[in-house]
Amino acid sequence: MALKLADYKTDIHNDWCPGCGDFGILNAIQMALFDMKIPHHKAAIFSGIGCSGKTPHFIHTYGIHTLHGRVMPFAQGAKLSNPELEVIAVGGDGDGLGIGAGHFVSAGRRNVDMTYIIFDNGVYGLTKGQAAPTLKLGMKTKSLPQPNVNNSVNPIALALVSGFTFIARGYSYDVRHLKDLIRKAIEHKGLAFLDVLQPCPTYNDINTKEWYQGLDNDDNDNDKNSEVSRKNIPRIYKLEDAGYDGMIHSEEEVNSKSAQVLQKSNEWGNKIPIGIFYQNEQIPTYQERITSRIDNYMENPPSKQDILDRNSKAVANISNVLDDLRIDK
Amino acid sequence: MLPQSKISNSLTWVVGGAQGSGVDSAANIFSRACAQGGFYIFGKREYYSNIKGEHSYFTVRVSDREIHSHLDEIDMLVSFDAETVFRHGDKITRRGVIIYDSALVNTTIQEVHTLDDNAADRITTMLEKNNKPSTVQGMLEYAEQYNDAILYKIPYFHILKEFSDKIHNPSLSKLTRMVNVMGLSASMAILDFDIEVLAKAIKYVFRSKPKVADINVAAAEYSYNYMKSTFDLSKFKFKLPCRQPSSDIILVQGNQSSAMGKITAGCRFQTYYPITPASDDSEFLESNQIIKQTDGGKGSIVVVQTEDEIAAITMAIGAALTGVRSATATSGPGFSLMAEALGWSGMNEVPIVISLYQRTGPATGLPTRHEQSDLMFAVNAGHGEFPRIVFASGDIEESFYDTIKAFNFAERYQLPVIHMLDKAIANSITTCHKFDQYSISIDRGELLKSVSASSSDMGVAGNYLRFKLSQNPISPRIPLGTENGIFWNTGDEHTEEGHITEDPVMRTKMMDKRMSKLDVALKEIPAEDKATLYGGEDKNDSSGGITIISWGSTKGAILDAIEQVKLTEGKGIKFIQVRLLHPFPSTLIGDMLQDTKVLIDIEMNFTSQLGLLVRQNLKREINYSIVKYNGRPMSMGEIYNALMRILSGDAPRRIVLEHGT
Repeated sequence: MALKLADYKTDIHNDWCPGCGDFGILNAIQMALFDMKIPHHKAAIFSGIGCSGKTPHFIHTYGIHTLHGRVMPFAQGAKLSNPELEVIAVGGDGDGLGIGAGHFVSAGRRNVDMTYIIFDNGVYGLTKGQAAPTLKLGMKTKSLPQPNVNNSVNPIALALVSGFTFIARGYSYDVRHLKDLIRKAIEHKGLAFLDVLQPCPTYNDINTKEWYQGLDNDDNDNDKNSEVSRKNIPRIYKLEDAGYDGMIHSEEEVNSKSAQVLQKSNEWGNKIPIGIFYQNEQIPTYQERITSRIDNYMENPPSKQDILDRNSKAVANISNVLDDLRIDK
Repeated sequence: MLPQSKISNSLTWVVGGAQGSGVDSAANIFSRACAQGGFYIFGKREYYSNIKGEHSYFTVRVSDREIHSHLDEIDMLVSFDAETVFRHGDKITRRGVIIYDSALVNTTIQEVHTLDDNAADRITTMLEKNNKPSTVQGMLEYAEQYNDAILYKIPYFHILKEFSDKIHNPSLSKLTRMVNVMGLSASMAILDFDIEVLAKAIKYVFRSKPKVADINVAAAEYSYNYMKSTFDLSKFKFKLPCRQPSSDIILVQGNQSSAMGKITAGCRFQTYYPITPASDDSEFLESNQIIKQTDGGKGSIVVVQTEDEIAAITMAIGAALTGVRSATATSGPGFSLMAEALGWSGMNEVPIVISLYQRTGPATGLPTRHEQSDLMFAVNAGHGEFPRIVFASGDIEESFYDTIKAFNFAERYQLPVIHMLDKAIANSITTCHKFDQYSISIDRGELLKSVSASSSDMGVAGNYLRFKLSQNPISPRIPLGTENGIFWNTGDEHTEEGHITEDPVMRTKMMDKRMSKLDVALKEIPAEDKATLYGGEDKNDSSGGITIISWGSTKGAILDAIEQVKLTEGKGIKFIQVRLLHPFPSTLIGDMLQDTKVLIDIEMNFTSQLGLLVRQNLKREINYSIVKYNGRPMSMGEIYNALMRILSGDAPRRIVLEHGT
């Protein structure tokens, strides 16, 4: 029976706010899974805590809703034990770049072949709109009693220096583009990071859908002396349309392209790039690193190993270790 | 043979020196040699939280009978630095031996910078009181005057020089590293130990470096012959004549045994963040990650060093969700970080094993020292209420079998199991019976490998009911990736499918389901895994109703001490070793305590934590507690003396043991 898009949906009541950017990301994930015809049971969506944490409950695959900030280690544990599983981790910017920032950095160092999507809206929505790690310094969203006193973290740059080998940004209201990015992230050999700009209609009244659409944006901001003013210029633009290529084809390109990623990642304000910032498949995945020590790891990973025989006795044979401890030899 | 002293027929041998100067190698060679010579040994290692320079020492007790503990008094002290003499010189038994470096006799206490002020003051005061100078010579005179110590003054440098000339190796500085082996070998000459057996042990310990092994053997022989030709060695009461060792005995360290149990149990994923004294467990697994199988296959264990202990436990849980037996090993500080995720595992009924190698707390505490102070924490760790099993091993041998059982419990009851171990176990070495790999069956509980689309475990939406409510609180479990098995997990309260719910009726049902698994566990877990009663089988019970209750690594010293009480006083004392700490086996222990009139609790902590559990679960008061919290394990002698005070009727309700160096 051919799979339909509807097969990736559940009938669980979705309690996100009307107009929430999360819906676009949810749809894009479901569309990417459908596009790739990934059997339901072969995928597992892991999530952190917050509004985005509820995502797995709306997707008809294995769904593991973990703890605040801890989605990456949970997800990596599953992927390393069963490398055949398609593992996607999701969570908010507070989850992944605040409380879970240490895991973010360490995941980059490992380069486990999986995908991590951050729902990036700059606020802690479910706890009523406190400032989250990507909210810029001095911003005062409507639920903040004072302007944000912390500077923001740059997720793209952090992913780069941490060692993620696929780094992209999507926008939750460009679902088709986002779906393609998710698909590319899943297909990437290594750890893929996808930063998705996702307006929170309830608490972030600064980076709204209208703001991203550029309804307030005109190029007078850039050139005060211009005679002709152009209005309503979308802030979001696609890197690929601007002739940007983030693919690393050889080791020699790493330095120059990394510099380019950092530069692009700092673009914010009137022009905000989305698309693939960086992709490097030259770095061995964690699975490949394990295989260099355990040659049959991919064929016989932990989840496939039989540990007991028909009589319920251990199949492991540690006689060589025990012999080494004998004293009569 | 080994003479019968008041405390026991055994030899206590101690080697000390600066950390990194080969104290461990010397002790390992000595332990190995004695075991190969047919003796039983028990050794323990003490060291600072330091890489190089601070004082570390190794105590090895040797006997021709099985022993399970150490003694504080030293029959033979092997030193090659001044600090070892200062720290241990006053603990020599009557007519005991001190081997020391002739070049160091005039070294003063002030010159030993690693000797901390408190210890330096104590030693200085003691020597002053006895009109001795604050020098190595002063301590030696003290030992000679008060304990009639036999002193062997060795010119290490001179011997080394002679040795280097003999083997035509002028690099004396490299050879100085062999001073430890020379000191050890000198002690072996005094013990009239077979040099061939010693050479074999040296070769074993240096087996990865044959050249180093050869030169060490040569140095050992040189020093051995020097002793034989220079001194009258007949004065010391101990001799160790070798015999053929039993093929059933192994010499094993406590940081290997549980890891070996993990490989046997089928643990195929382990995570850890470096911490003393737990890291060795993971490093052993990583060193032995390719697993031979009885079916000819080749298994393996993936060991991941994580960024912190939160990642360690959550990664282990992620692995367990794929149907793998997974574990993490940590100590108190790391376990503190794991508390939240422990609850997630309980909430989602994911089996994992946490090897909790306790050390002295709180905070960083004494990071390389021993304590059993995490019992109440293990029983209560995490917010909210969820089922967990807390299971404690008493010694190295038990820890092998208990590890397999811990995984069986985790999978059978689908919950986290905290396996209590500690520094005393991890850093001790002992001869024990060779582990029988196949004596314990592997029980994976309700783990399904496949599920059909028409299974009765499907809910109305056609989804698998991972948390199916039925008479049996333990629902079948399937690994992620299984066809027709899709389910959800969440740290929120959940439905049978695993979706979030805040429904009060479902909440009550799910709490009842999870918590009642503990009743099932309590019913099913065999009595021998709940608690062991020693001395209870004695028909002519002479205990007069005295029972010791304890848990964990105090076991060895208690067993040896009650044997000694029986020997010296003809009085039997019962001993209950509690192994299952949570859920607490109240009925069984209540039965064991039926004839008890005097209950003595012995624990390595301040608050008598097992005593609290006994009071809470059995409504029974502890009559005497024997506690210790200075970071050093209880010795058999300390427990013996405390028991003697209680027997004499001259003991306070709480006896604090304080011995330690």
